[in-house]
Amino acid sequence: MTDNKGFQDNDKEEKMTTSHATPASLSSVASARTMSQPGTTLLGTGLETRGVHAWFGKKHVLSDISLDFAAGTVTALIGPSGCGKSTFIRTLNRMHEFIPTAAMAGEVLLDGKDVYAPGTDVTKIRLRVGMVFQKPNPFPSMTIGQNVLSGLKLAQIKKSNTDELLESCLTRAGLWNEVKDRLGEHGGALSGGQQQRLCIARSLAVEPQVLLMDEPCSALDPGSTFRIEETIAELAKSMTIVIVTHNMQQAARVSDYTAFFLSDGGPGEMIEAAPTSKIFSSPQDKRTEDYVTGRFG
Amino acid sequence: MTQTIPTPQRPWQPSKTDRFETLGVLVASFVLAGLTVEFTGLNGKLGFVVSLFFSLLILNYGFYFQKQGKAAAKDSLLQVFTVMAIVLTLIPITSIIATVVSKGYKGLHWGILTKDMALASVNDPIVAGGLGHALVGTILMVGGALIISFPIGVLTALYLTEIRGPLTRPIRFLVQAMSGVPSIVAGLFILSSLVYPVTKALSGMMGSLALTILMIPTIARTAEEMLILIPNELREAGVALGGTQWRTVAGVILPAAKSGLVTAIILGIARIIGETAPLLLVTGGGDALNLNPTEGAMGSLPYYIWKSFLTGGTPEAFARAWAGMLVLLSFIFILFGLARYLSGRKVG
Amino acid sequence: MSVELSERPAPPAPREITTQPRRSDQIFRIVVTIGGMASLVILGLIALFLSIKGLHILTEEKLGFITGSAWEVITDDTGSIAESKFGIGAMLVGTFLSAMIAILVGVPISVLSALYLTFYANGKVKKFLISVIDLMAAFPSLLFGFWGFFVFMSSAEYWAKLINKYLGFIPFFDVPTPIFERSPFIAGLVLAIMIIPIVTSISREIFDQTPLDRIQAAYALGATRLAMIKAVVIPFGRGGIIGGAMLGLGRAMGETVAVYTVLNVVYQINWQILFGAGGNVASLILLKFGEAGPAEVDALMAAGLVLFILTLLVNAVADLLINRFGGKGR
Repeated sequence: MTDNKGFQDNDKEEKMTTSHATPASLSSVASARTMSQPGTTLLGTGLETRGVHAWFGKKHVLSDISLDFAAGTVTALIGPSGCGKSTFIRTLNRMHEFIPTAAMAGEVLLDGKDVYAPGTDVTKIRLRVGMVFQKPNPFPSMTIGQNVLSGLKLAQIKKSNTDELLESCLTRAGLWNEVKDRLGEHGGALSGGQQQRLCIARSLAVEPQVLLMDEPCSALDPGSTFRIEETIAELAKSMTIVIVTHNMQQAARVSDYTAFFLSDGGPGEMIEAAPTSKIFSSPQDKRTEDYVTGRFG
Repeated sequence: MTQTIPTPQRPWQPSKTDRFETLGVLVASFVLAGLTVEFTGLNGKLGFVVSLFFSLLILNYGFYFQKQGKAAAKDSLLQVFTVMAIVLTLIPITSIIATVVSKGYKGLHWGILTKDMALASVNDPIVAGGLGHALVGTILMVGGALIISFPIGVLTALYLTEIRGPLTRPIRFLVQAMSGVPSIVAGLFILSSLVYPVTKALSGMMGSLALTILMIPTIARTAEEMLILIPNELREAGVALGGTQWRTVAGVILPAAKSGLVTAIILGIARIIGETAPLLLVTGGGDALNLNPTEGAMGSLPYYIWKSFLTGGTPEAFARAWAGMLVLLSFIFILFGLARYLSGRKVG
Repeated sequence: MSVELSERPAPPAPREITTQPRRSDQIFRIVVTIGGMASLVILGLIALFLSIKGLHILTEEKLGFITGSAWEVITDDTGSIAESKFGIGAMLVGTFLSAMIAILVGVPISVLSALYLTFYANGKVKKFLISVIDLMAAFPSLLFGFWGFFVFMSSAEYWAKLINKYLGFIPFFDVPTPIFERSPFIAGLVLAIMIIPIVTSISREIFDQTPLDRIQAAYALGATRLAMIKAVVIPFGRGGIIGGAMLGLGRAMGETVAVYTVLNVVYQINWQILFGAGGNVASLILLKFGEAGPAEVDALMAAGLVLFILTLLVNAVADLLINRFGGKGR
């Protein structure tokens, strides 16, 4: 434990320097939002985090993340493996708590309300903040059609016009034309890329405000990746998207804003957050520059 | 602008209010159940349990319905069901242990482990006899069964994990099927194959052999599970160093699985130590100490308990039987604790 | 890669890799293989010897051995057998009845308990409960039998009376005379208590294997625990649970002493589960063995053979189900 303490002392010094960078980058995001950047259609909804920390057991894995996700924008979280991106995205819809030793601090605000506040119905939060996982995970016991509508069944939401909903979800996920004649087949019969789009359609059926995507293309081939990126662009018109990616070209292609995460052996921290074009052309922080230009990571 | 690291929190865990509410619902259910028993035709323990169960269901459903809606209300019903199930599972085990301890201690005395029943009948005063002969018989029979089934069980496990021949799947099935052989059938088998045609007499060894049939599958399956846990790198390392498979198994694999194999032995013993039916058929169940497994009737703990229950009828006989049960149960507790302790440590 | 198929050169034949194991390894393999065959040999020998002793009874009694219920040996004055009739119909019905009661009562409790252990309990409570239930699985059947007789039977008798009072119009719950002691119902409940720890352990192991990504997918869609279990855990574990239940059935059918103590064996087919008269193949063997002459012993061997084959079949189905559904997708 003494070793750990040494680490944390270092972290504190580190944080002193970064804590200057964080508010600066934050304000740049905030101002960008009020400036109504292209692709920013304000829908009156918003997801914000304030000072989010995360732990697994005694290990501090994520430190002090404050970030805004403006409605109708796509935000990419980039950074090397183990920097806490996935942990962070999982705190947003309270999937973090499924790891038995997990703990957190700070606030995650959805429309100004803390999703971790006592008495909050967590299932309702997850209905509003959907998630797509790294590995496509359709329910194998259900058909394609049942998979898309599974969210309604799981959350016990009654809908009358399910056929329309089915079609619109699959269309928005870019899968309708490929599967419209085989809705009764099992989800496992689709290719990996199709399965992932099926999972996207599945999250759309419950009409979330925010869609979290945790490296949605890392298990897919380039062709499927391209289709998913098209889908993301289409979805961004109507919802907030947060995407974790290892692929910097992907971040540059799909996102409006980019946040760079880094861990120097201690907890993961957000080094810089800014409009994507700025991160890739003129990053403020040396470490961001090193990463986006491929000098490390 | 110094920054401090906040304390880790777990906001998803039930808060004080949540716990208070849960407790409230529980208390209210008890009250409702009590009132139901008081004012309706239901009565007795069963009536109370049943009405408590329904009270819990109704109050939980109602509470979570007004708090979080229908989905959460239904979810709370499943929780009530699962908790009831685990309580129903725990009631018999508590009752069994309590019964054995409360009735068994009356039959305990200083000579219980050393005296035998050669000069006493089950209805005689408790201090007149003991279960020494039964204890010795059980140890001899279980030991004999172990000597035969341990090598066979381990060889079977080695066949399944190291040789992996064409018969792996069928053998695995047969081991499974063997573990399902009714114990009385094992006894009949020993009777028909050895006692009637060959020895023409009941003896401790026949009991050992019948127990062997029941012990082999337990040892084989536990040993297999333990051998699978040995990392493949160890096998490859052994062979890559130029060792033969035999030397790798004998010099690397089995030593690495040592505590696992001991666990297999313990679970095997626990499986057969209380086995009764085959011993009733093939051992003869003597009352005197008999150290020769090949000749003469041999007592055993289960036989002793069986006989005390069924042939006596006096308080002394029952006390003897329950004391025998207490001794048997203590052995199982010790064996089980040992197995837990060993499997809790790292393999190797 | 648009190389014409015809232009592609024929791939070389794969080389055959041969190994000549050393003498010690050959011996090792032979010894282990012989040891591995033990289960096959033992099961074969059981079938063989029980058949040698019992098969002639089966051929003499023909189908009557299965369908008939009389078990009589009439000796003449000299002590030789004048007439004998062996049928285990009532025993088979009784075995089936009490095993079914055990399954119907025990499996739901086991599955719910396993759900509690997997998805509700955590930390020390979970570890403790798992230990206790595993310990209970190691209790000898003798213990269940006498506890059932001395402690449990009076409660069960009271429940049986209540069921009979309110549901007596259903033929199953009717009784010809009000004798509720040592009925198939009570034997079934004792067996249920005996198989609960076994089935709970198997179910828990299967639930533990439910793929985490599917569980998370369900939760991420806003599922409650109930909805997640219904959509993910049950479809995944269904086959394995049925297999576990079959294993429990096998155990319940083959159990001897726990049933013997709490069941009144009567040589007449009885479907009224609350009535204190039933049958059980294993108990019959134990009951009749002490006083049996050579011919009757052969008949008991035949009964043992039938029981052996029955449990083997049940176990085969269980094994098939657990292997087919236990660890894989659906």
